Amino acid sequence: MSGTPGAAMSGYLAYVGRRLGQFLLVVFIGINIAYVVTHASPIDPVEQSISAVTSYGNTAPAAIEQMRNSLRELYGLGGTPVEQYLQFWKRILRADFGPSMSAFPTPVGTLIARALPWTVGLLAVSTIVAWGLGNLLGGLAGYYRQSQGLKLMGVVAMGLHPIPYYILAMLLLIVFGFLWPVLPISGGSAMNLPQTLTPEFVLSVLQHAILPALSLILIGVGSWFLGMRSLVSHVVAEDFVVYAELAGVRPRRILTSYVMRNALVPQVTGLAMSLGGIFNGAVITEKVFGYPGLGSLLVDAVYAGDYGLVLGVTTISILGVSIGVLAIDLLYPLLDPRVKIS
Amino acid sequence: MAMLLRDLLRHSTEFRIGAVLVAFVLLLSVLASFSPYAPESVYVVPPDLPPSLVYWFGTTSRGQDVFWQLSFAIRNTLMFGCTVALVSRLIALVVGLVSGYKGGWIDRALMSVNDSFIVIPLLPILVLFYFMMRDRISWLMLALIMACFGWAYDARLIRSVVMSLKAREFTQTGLFSGMSTWEVLTEEHLPYVMPVVFSTTMNNMVWSIGLEVTLAVLGFTDINTPTIGGMIYWANQHTAMVAGIWWWIAFPTVTVIMAFIGLFLLAVSANAYIDPRSRLWGIGGAS
Repeated sequence: MSGTPGAAMSGYLAYVGRRLGQFLLVVFIGINIAYVVTHASPIDPVEQSISAVTSYGNTAPAAIEQMRNSLRELYGLGGTPVEQYLQFWKRILRADFGPSMSAFPTPVGTLIARALPWTVGLLAVSTIVAWGLGNLLGGLAGYYRQSQGLKLMGVVAMGLHPIPYYILAMLLLIVFGFLWPVLPISGGSAMNLPQTLTPEFVLSVLQHAILPALSLILIGVGSWFLGMRSLVSHVVAEDFVVYAELAGVRPRRILTSYVMRNALVPQVTGLAMSLGGIFNGAVITEKVFGYPGLGSLLVDAVYAGDYGLVLGVTTISILGVSIGVLAIDLLYPLLDPRVKIS
Repeated sequence: MAMLLRDLLRHSTEFRIGAVLVAFVLLLSVLASFSPYAPESVYVVPPDLPPSLVYWFGTTSRGQDVFWQLSFAIRNTLMFGCTVALVSRLIALVVGLVSGYKGGWIDRALMSVNDSFIVIPLLPILVLFYFMMRDRISWLMLALIMACFGWAYDARLIRSVVMSLKAREFTQTGLFSGMSTWEVLTEEHLPYVMPVVFSTTMNNMVWSIGLEVTLAVLGFTDINTPTIGGMIYWANQHTAMVAGIWWWIAFPTVTVIMAFIGLFLLAVSANAYIDPRSRLWGIGGAS
């Protein structure tokens, strides 16, 4: 705000530098946790894959030994721990997780690339709708405290918010799948349609997305509503709002430019912080509704015993969530100009 | 403490509803000690009976009495939540107190790690963990792993409280009278931090139980120990909804929702009690 544009720019750059550093730290810690979890376990994924294959029939010992060696190499489990660790990072940086065992010989990368747009689309739309709607209604509820309708909405939000994603998704499934079957309850689009940009396909995708998106929105909207309501009820008591009221600024303008604008700042930080949790919710929602995204891929990979695929989805989700957080962080100065000068 | 409870009961509707819900769920979990059946036993009663006077909540396709199975399940689920909350509170307290009090580079380093733990998506990591452990996964192991992730958000909250306490005069007085950092933190600051710890405990339990239910429903936990998620898992395995055995899914679902809403309301009302501004709002003083 004060200072020359050049100073504001360098302030922004310093901010971007800090956020990039934080992004790298998140990725580093996340990938290391994944490494520790996979390598400290008493169970060897190679032996597991082999026993899964050999249980179907007799296999020659020489063939098993050959398979063991090639799997070791494939999973990067050969050599000293230091070598394994470096190997692990190399594969992640190249996004190379080898072929999938359950969908052999399709590479894990291809499976993930196929699932990613579904998850990103579902998550982006439902998060933006939940966040926008929750903040709008919460802001109104904090400002017009006497409104009965908004009070009732607060009660509903309080009841919905603590319910875990799985339970709510299951309830929606029961209601719209068994009691009142009007919406498709499984899949990402109708089976018989080619996946090209035809109006029928787009319509089918939207129809199939309603229930999974609804379960994410219903849970998400509650926490934003409650947070925004309490933030706004604190902001309206601030001196600058009282002053604006005395100065005769129109109430609607006070609400949008004075109250909501200020209360939104912590809500944006909150959005960045909760992204990991929203992603967890999307994983389970996808599984319940058979949505062809990363969540279904992950769960099915566990059932199929596909080590490379499980590891691939885990690292991609750590990367994806951190990128989402970074994007929100970089947009943050648009809302709060103060970061440029601090 | 007794005074505080009385005040909350008298003035906060949320606390009253929350307390009733939690008390009901607790009662159900205490009843587990009087169950006529062992928790893991199957085919001890006729299968697939609807709720009746003999079997209040009906029986499962595995020949278990839903009522007694549910009381074991909710007991284990609550114990799981308490374990996670307890361990993660300890980590949050240490990190929050040290970070808020020491400041400087220690604070910056701790908070960078802290923010990373807030952001990292936990469910894929837990799934990966189950994938590596398979049948060796145990209840306690899962609780400890979740505790390692559940502290970060609350550590930030505790840090901000300590930062404001540090600027107050009694901290300086304590230091000048020769108290060590440890003594200032535990004797002077901890009493102010404890209410925050209590309210976050409830929220943390809601969080960890929610994740446990999710994992168990997918079969990614020790499914032989009865938990709420485990019950739903077995019901799904026997396609209870399609077979019309709704009581197998409905009663655990209703019970766990009661626990969630109850704990959440307790946390909300405790929060409101800690923050005097919203207390004023409650009685209509600050408008």
